[in-house]
Amino acid sequence: MGLRKTNEKGILGWFDQRLPVMDMWNDHMAKYYAPSNFNFWYFFGSLALLVLVNQLLTGVWLTMHYKPDAAQAFGLVEYIMRDVPWGWLIRYLHTTGASAFFIVVYLHMFRGLMYGSYKKPRELIWTFGMIIYVALMAEAFMGYVLPWGNMSFWGAKVITQLFGTIPWIGDVLLEGIRGDYNISDATLNRFFALHVVAVPIVLLILVFLHIAALHSVGSNNPDGIEIKDYKDENGIPKDGIPFHPYYSVKDIFGIGMFLIIFLGIVFLKPDMGGLFLEHDNFNIANPGSTPEHIKPVWYFTPFFAILKVVPNPFGGMIVMFSAIIALFLLPWVDRSEVKSIRYRLMPFKLALTAFVTSFVVLGYLGMVSWGPGEKLLAQALTGVYFLYFVFLFVYTKNEKHKPIPERLTH
Amino acid sequence: MTDKVNESRRNLLIATSVVGAIGAGFAAVPFIKSWMPSERAKAAGGVVKANVSKLESGQKLQVKWRGQPIFIVKRDKVLLDTLSNHDDRLKDAKSEKSIQPDFAKNIYRSQKEELLVMVGICTHLGCSPKVYPEIVPQAFDSDWQGGFFCPCHGSTFDISGRVYNGSPAGTNMVIPPYVYVDENNLIIGTDKLEGGA
Repeated sequence: MGLRKTNEKGILGWFDQRLPVMDMWNDHMAKYYAPSNFNFWYFFGSLALLVLVNQLLTGVWLTMHYKPDAAQAFGLVEYIMRDVPWGWLIRYLHTTGASAFFIVVYLHMFRGLMYGSYKKPRELIWTFGMIIYVALMAEAFMGYVLPWGNMSFWGAKVITQLFGTIPWIGDVLLEGIRGDYNISDATLNRFFALHVVAVPIVLLILVFLHIAALHSVGSNNPDGIEIKDYKDENGIPKDGIPFHPYYSVKDIFGIGMFLIIFLGIVFLKPDMGGLFLEHDNFNIANPGSTPEHIKPVWYFTPFFAILKVVPNPFGGMIVMFSAIIALFLLPWVDRSEVKSIRYRLMPFKLALTAFVTSFVVLGYLGMVSWGPGEKLLAQALTGVYFLYFVFLFVYTKNEKHKPIPERLTH
Repeated sequence: MTDKVNESRRNLLIATSVVGAIGAGFAAVPFIKSWMPSERAKAAGGVVKANVSKLESGQKLQVKWRGQPIFIVKRDKVLLDTLSNHDDRLKDAKSEKSIQPDFAKNIYRSQKEELLVMVGICTHLGCSPKVYPEIVPQAFDSDWQGGFFCPCHGSTFDISGRVYNGSPAGTNMVIPPYVYVDENNLIIGTDKLEGGA
């Protein structure tokens, strides 16, 4: 009577008659066939999911003791650290988790660049991933304001000020973002609402779409070829192995390794020498006292350096956002018929190395104060960053490459 | 089911959708408007008073207006004389691209020559510059004529808040509206006396 057919018995059978439990399990785990040659670089997707869960869990616990009130916020974070039972651990898991999130996401993205995972038919996976990355940056930025330290205040001031540089609408936009004429209690309150409710919901939806799109077209692999091109008589890719148990076990091993490093940082060096938690943020927000050196947390510094390269603030903002938009366009910039770096020639390898190096060094330059030398270097590296996309577009028109295998190599 | 489209129903459907979309547009207004400063924030953004009777030359008095630091700096003859000798080093010597009340659109950028009243916010990205009133060579400028230096990204301004060439900031620092009540008292946030205080 309207119930679904099932092979399962008992409670599982009862559920399976009313909800496609077994279909979902099979589609995404037991009969999701992933290429059999995943390597080290394929740990970071599942690790990103793990960190997301960590952030949600510890975040909910933090909101139980925190109030987004400019008069109380700074003190309440100290209260969590000293008086709330295990509060220090929950907060350090959250703050270290923020940096860990960006570490695994950057490595995850680098994997995509190396093996051409952004290329057809996975353009949409890459696009959802990029939106996740942007949402993550918004989430991290607003979360950083909540402890209401002096770097929270001035970081928020400098970044919101960017929107004030937009011609015509800038002033109104700035007041609309801040809800006041300066960063204030109103700003703190709305950033809390966005950080705790709005952006996490968006992130969860995007992660769902990212994985749904992935499981629809199937995973790429270090060889960059489609395993679905060679199927056996049952329609199963010959080079595919079921995600569960093969990769669920592999990912659990990765999670174990990750947790050793992650918890090592949480317990031994949670501020990472000022990199994960900045020293200036151990002072309360003070609108009358600018920190000597304003800089964002490490994961924003490459873009911060690009922003500083351009003397005009509005121009700087345009260039900085272009640096992110360029990444969005990668699936269409790279016109090559080959995906994986394994079968691409030296020019591509050098270009990718230059691109990644420029990003890392810009990240360093975004943390230090500049003399003329640093400025020149940052300008040059910003050039390298954008040239990668130009090079890729031109070079991949008729790219020569090594012969691509038909089946996976092991 | 026929292949024929019922035109009048279709038009009704379109008309309903359009009205619905307009309604949704109106419904969005309160949500967007509620991001703007509240009445309480606007009231707190009113005027502030400052008394400058105790200010010595080269000293800075700082008050807060709309959450922004307002610098009030007293300048002596020597400092004022520097203002006319370095136009060629400034981006906007005549303050044409910069924000100030009309009364301050001169090299002193003030109502009374010796007293500078200025929003203490760098026009680059909103840091608060520090005042270096001594005319001595500095690490950031070997020919320093006295002025303001922003520690964030190294913008330099002269003692009228005019930005030097080579700074990341593009315009001179902002002069707020203000009005003198008497010799030593001024009100910041308005340029008219009546009703302001």
